[in-house]
Amino acid sequence: MSEQLSLAKPALPSQRKGGPLLEVEGLTKHFPLRDGFLFKRQVGAVQAVDGVDFTIHEGEALGLVGESGCGKSTTGRLVTRLLEPTAGQILYQGHNITHTDRKHLAPIRSQIQMIFQDPYASLNPRQTVGTIITGPMEINHIQPPGGHEKRVRELLETVGLNPEHYNRFPHEFSGGQRQRIGIARALGMQPKLIIADEPVSALDVSIQAQVVNLLQKLQHELGIAFLFIAHDLAIVRHFSHRVAVMYLGKIMEIGNRTDIYETPRHPYTHALLSAAPEANPDDEQERIRLAGDVPSPINPPTGCRFRTRCWKAQQKCTTEEPPLLQIAGNNTGHLTACHYPQDPTTAARDEDVVLDPALAALEQNAQESAEESAEESAEGSAEEQ
Amino acid sequence: MSSSTQATAGNDQIPEGPSADTAAVPLEIIGRSPRQLAWLRFKRDRTGVICAGIVGAFILIAIFAPLICALYGKNPYTLYGQNDNLLNSYGMPIKPNGGIDSNHWFGIEPGLGRDIFALLMYGIRTSLGISLCVTILSVALGVLVGLIQGYVGRKTDYFLGRLTDLMMSFPQQLFFIAFTPVVIALFVKPTEQEPTYIRFFALVLVQFFLGWMSVSRLVRSQVLSLREREFVEAAQLTGASTWRIVSKELLPNIGSTILVQTTLLLPVNVTTEAGLSYLGVGMQDPTPDWGLMFQKAAEYYQSDITYMFFPGIAMLIFVVAFNLLGDSVRDALDPKTIR
Repeated sequence: MSEQLSLAKPALPSQRKGGPLLEVEGLTKHFPLRDGFLFKRQVGAVQAVDGVDFTIHEGEALGLVGESGCGKSTTGRLVTRLLEPTAGQILYQGHNITHTDRKHLAPIRSQIQMIFQDPYASLNPRQTVGTIITGPMEINHIQPPGGHEKRVRELLETVGLNPEHYNRFPHEFSGGQRQRIGIARALGMQPKLIIADEPVSALDVSIQAQVVNLLQKLQHELGIAFLFIAHDLAIVRHFSHRVAVMYLGKIMEIGNRTDIYETPRHPYTHALLSAAPEANPDDEQERIRLAGDVPSPINPPTGCRFRTRCWKAQQKCTTEEPPLLQIAGNNTGHLTACHYPQDPTTAARDEDVVLDPALAALEQNAQESAEESAEESAEGSAEEQ
Repeated sequence: MSSSTQATAGNDQIPEGPSADTAAVPLEIIGRSPRQLAWLRFKRDRTGVICAGIVGAFILIAIFAPLICALYGKNPYTLYGQNDNLLNSYGMPIKPNGGIDSNHWFGIEPGLGRDIFALLMYGIRTSLGISLCVTILSVALGVLVGLIQGYVGRKTDYFLGRLTDLMMSFPQQLFFIAFTPVVIALFVKPTEQEPTYIRFFALVLVQFFLGWMSVSRLVRSQVLSLREREFVEAAQLTGASTWRIVSKELLPNIGSTILVQTTLLLPVNVTTEAGLSYLGVGMQDPTPDWGLMFQKAAEYYQSDITYMFFPGIAMLIFVVAFNLLGDSVRDALDPKTIR
């Protein structure tokens, strides 16, 4: 463990813009499972997030990717303190905010904001856009020059909405516009860190690009740090300086965007990247198809969490949990939790890794029939001669 | 802040440039709140508007009963039938149709000979007064308990929920009949003459005691679903206090439910109150009361059906109008509900 902790805060490469803003160490969230009649007792726990370490520097965008249910959103909610961490530490600008109560958290409340996934649920249907955006400012005693209304109009313009929409209600807007209102609400607090919890996954694809570009523009202009949670690899690549790959409550690999997307080491990262469709069909990529589902977080596998679906898993993986560290051949700050890492390339290899038996059988049949027909035609041509 | 540069950047993205164009047409864009929309929908619903008029008329009658009776020139206590010899030796009105004439519009009561119109006006006043108090108190407590249950959750929710179950398992009518005298005995010695307001108070208390559970159940379920919505989390994220979240974020969203429940609860309470008076544990003679009129009328209905007619029709109209109003209000507030 000591190795892991010492390496959790690595010297970061060029994209780093300032000192560390948010440091997360060993962050853990276990949701207790209770059972029993009248007297409930704990029979287990959903280990949603289990010992996650990462650092976000000022003005930096950290992407967090992974399958559904791997603990991405829970991590976001822990960092914003919407959920109470079971263990670990959250340091914001050096202050420990892991278990701070509401009153003591007040000074930094405005600095950590969140953009929610569902723009239809994140705005109060009974409040006007103006009230929605000014409410948080009032709570935090933010007095913008020129009054709240002027500030709201400014913010609406900033996020690309008509400032005259001040008096409108959320139901009068489309999903993309609502998400912009949510962004304006977060911006009104002048945050230093925004947790974007799948901010575009509920939107149309045509709108997604607009919203992501808006966020990126804000990030560049206002220097806001982002924890960008998403399952869309292309969007994360577009948006983030650094990327962390999560699997079953743990970070499998973390590093610069180019490290993760071009020279990934962890087999899971390879599988994840190969699952994303490539725009250019001539671009030869390695092909990995995993089988089965993510194991239950109530009873995760021993050792490496990915071992049940990994094609390189060996005895060591069941007994020993691989620490997250910089393995040989990695750039600085590129940490991988794997005993038997892959080669740092995503180029196609000689043989595909197809673990899905159904798909393997299908491809086998196709191949055989292709061979048969080839043989037949060869025989036919031979007979002719 | 580089707000000016941001603003221009924002303008580039949006083709219908905000500041320049919209300055020419100010006040054009005014959002309609969900409540305003509901009001527009309600105004289109003819049944609802008519029922609202009828309900309003009943409420006005209840408020202005003394004024109406003063204009009418009668009061509900004078025994006109006996004083003016309008009753025969059996105590029945001499004139046909229960003694309806230009003096006594709805006829006179058999036996005592009081004016039925005046009795009905004052009876509506008493019954509506009691029911309104019961409804307001029940809704207030129901909302409070429901909010606490839904928002606090966990053990509080469990124990308050079991208390609600316990209250719901009481047989209501039996409880009212058994406990109204008990509550009155708490305040008045058996030897003393009981003041009317004590009985009023006791009736409100007893009905309120078993009247809040349905509202609390409903509010709890609403709060449970609302609490998980992301706008509540957004409010928590800004550091809003629990009180602010409850009052500014949750309550406005359950307001429509509360309104609909209130309009549906009131007629139920009116009939319950009338039922209690009919059974003899409600208001007592000579206090005019809707239910008491039924009780009296039931004694004479074989020989004088007219007496039953007026309070009966009035109650029927009231309950139907109020229920239809409740339906219309619900439709207006929540047009997506499929009935």
